[in-house]
Amino acid sequence: MATVTLREWNITSRRYYGLLAALGALIALGAYAFLQMEHHGHVITGMDNQVVWGMPHVFAVFLIVAASGALNVASTASVFGKAAYKPLAPLSGLLALALLAGGLAVLMLDLGRPDRLVVAMTHFNFKSIFALNVFLYTGFFAIVAAYLWLMLERRLQRHARAAGLAAFVWRLLLTTGTGSIFGFLAAREAYDSALLAPLFIVLSLAYGTALFLLVLIVASRWDARPVSDALLARLARLLAIFVAAALYFVAVFHLTKLYMARYDGVTRFILLDGGRYTALFWLGQVAAGGLIPLALLFHPRLGRSRAAIAAACLLVVGGGLAQMYVTIIGGQAYPLALFPGMQETSSFFDGEIHPYAPSAWEVLLGMGGTALALALVAVGLRVLRILPERLDDKIIDALEAK
Amino acid sequence: MAAWLTGAAAGVPRPGIVIAKPGQCVADKDTMRRSHMDFLKHQRDQTVRQGIRTREHSLNECVACHAGEKSGSVLGQDGFCQSCHSYAAVELDCFECHSAKPKPVAKP
Amino acid sequence: MTDRRRFLELSAAALAGIALAPGIRLIQVAAARPLDAPASGKVRWGLLIDTSRCGDDCDACLSACRKENHLPQGELRRTDAQWIRKVAVKDMRSGSARQVPMMCQHCAKPPCVDVCPTGASFKRADGIVLVDRHICIGCRYCMMACPYKARSFVHEPTTGQNPEVPRGQGCVEGCHLCVHRIDRNELPACVEACAATGRKAMLFGDLNDPAAEIAQRIAQVATAQVRADLRLDPGVRYQGL
Repeated sequence: MATVTLREWNITSRRYYGLLAALGALIALGAYAFLQMEHHGHVITGMDNQVVWGMPHVFAVFLIVAASGALNVASTASVFGKAAYKPLAPLSGLLALALLAGGLAVLMLDLGRPDRLVVAMTHFNFKSIFALNVFLYTGFFAIVAAYLWLMLERRLQRHARAAGLAAFVWRLLLTTGTGSIFGFLAAREAYDSALLAPLFIVLSLAYGTALFLLVLIVASRWDARPVSDALLARLARLLAIFVAAALYFVAVFHLTKLYMARYDGVTRFILLDGGRYTALFWLGQVAAGGLIPLALLFHPRLGRSRAAIAAACLLVVGGGLAQMYVTIIGGQAYPLALFPGMQETSSFFDGEIHPYAPSAWEVLLGMGGTALALALVAVGLRVLRILPERLDDKIIDALEAK
Repeated sequence: MAAWLTGAAAGVPRPGIVIAKPGQCVADKDTMRRSHMDFLKHQRDQTVRQGIRTREHSLNECVACHAGEKSGSVLGQDGFCQSCHSYAAVELDCFECHSAKPKPVAKP
Repeated sequence: MTDRRRFLELSAAALAGIALAPGIRLIQVAAARPLDAPASGKVRWGLLIDTSRCGDDCDACLSACRKENHLPQGELRRTDAQWIRKVAVKDMRSGSARQVPMMCQHCAKPPCVDVCPTGASFKRADGIVLVDRHICIGCRYCMMACPYKARSFVHEPTTGQNPEVPRGQGCVEGCHLCVHRIDRNELPACVEACAATGRKAMLFGDLNDPAAEIAQRIAQVATAQVRADLRLDPGVRYQGL
């Protein structure tokens, strides 16, 4: 009978603490940026009264969306009963928790009054998507943490499946909530679409799977733990399907907007004459984040190469950040129409494209949150039995045969 | 021992509260020391949410009476609010937004 | 004793102010509310702005607002708060142009209130939409949701505030119709300043009171709501758009 042993990450102390030191330095820089922003106010960022959400939100929303998708492998194992993925489910859960923690840290530290976090936890307006999200995020932590515990505790493993199902449903709700933050904004022409919720779910599958693959490849390689090429190739194909689905949803989203005359301006702005937003959309989101990874992953020879898979994953992550930039910042750069069809000008910059240049502080804050997520993964791998000792072809075959 | 623990013996300066117009507060000293934050919070919610603007527990009235004679403010080292809040190490958040000085009286 | 005397002085000063200020009629403002009474749900404060009376080069309402609420003045940056602005609107086909004073529209169904996670953004019983800065966490979701771009975020520390209009770093703010003035039966600063110029382009009053001038004017002349398609039922109406 094939059994897979999960074991603590056994890389050399030098490497482990070196990694933590490097990530710690990034976290410290992020913390410093936060202190600067809190002291001086948002005037030191690139955000203003026109573009009110900036680079921190690009990072935060990306990480939160990816967190939900990172759970994908665990869901595939426990909800859809794919035995080969089961040994990887704990890593999937750990990554989901870490990414959510990193994303939320950025989101909270960007608040105008981060000292009032307690207020956000005690005063709720249940009509607000944000307030619902507070419950969705905390619930996600609780459910995935419980799921992880049930998977790792041998005596309770029989309950893991039920927890996995709960986590699967919950993360669909969570990403629906994240997409709806934007989808329910009727006044912003770039958003105002129920399609944003399913679009974000599909994006989450792609981003989360890409990050999962990257972490798996690097973590196993550093600790010289064999991972079956066939298994990686299957995960890579899964990623390719998610990337293709994401492209499809993006196409439908923009096609509906193109069809409706009232969205002509904003759609033209994103797709055609929005300068950097148009470039980021076509080159970043569509080409680098979609078409090139698809070509790599579906390539008969390259698709089996670990380097090519890792490259495709990196491209998907980069494309994801580009997508968030276009969605969040591009959507705000295009002005609100107070008097549709008329030309507007004012001292408050009505009727003009709003410029935005992220400040170093914002980028550092976002990087700090990302580093925090990665550091949590590293510590989790080191102290918990998360990573399979060996996951070669023989073991996979045996797991499948069971 | 108690004095040593509270630092009084070590000479930590007590807050230099100067009450310019004594005996006119809306409640006695002990009540005010213990409950001023509750009064203010109750009033703040009523004023902001419902537009009730009674003067008894209004922050502006506190400031009007307690602003230092020289500085004209409740903040600063000898300020009525800040000196005590620093001594007790309690965050004083009101004046991030509220004016620490009374509204200047319109000149006739 | 002194307290009572001061109160009497204040009241006398207020009365004198009312009697002396030119061109301001308080008849249209509903009967004074006692200090201890909450805002009434029977009242709905609103504005009627006649753009044909609004002067192209006049900025009386803007500067009055900035002065009253101690907002940034002079050369305005992108991070500076603007509670009221004049939007120059031009129809490209006909070439016809208008100046439209634009501020919080005090919607009956305000999107900013819907999206606010803590309930800091709220609508008072008398229809005024405002921010409770005590529980605003500065997430700026209301700024994303407002169709009128009526909200500003305080991007840096503030000093020298009007004691009646607290404002500070990290919270979102917007026009509150000078709620502190309304509560003592005075007109919003912009309306008072507009009247003082003699243009009288802004009319303030209770939309729910059939006897109020604003309600009568709205019943008689054609008025418009900005972005009426969104069906937010704004409390600010426009004439001559």
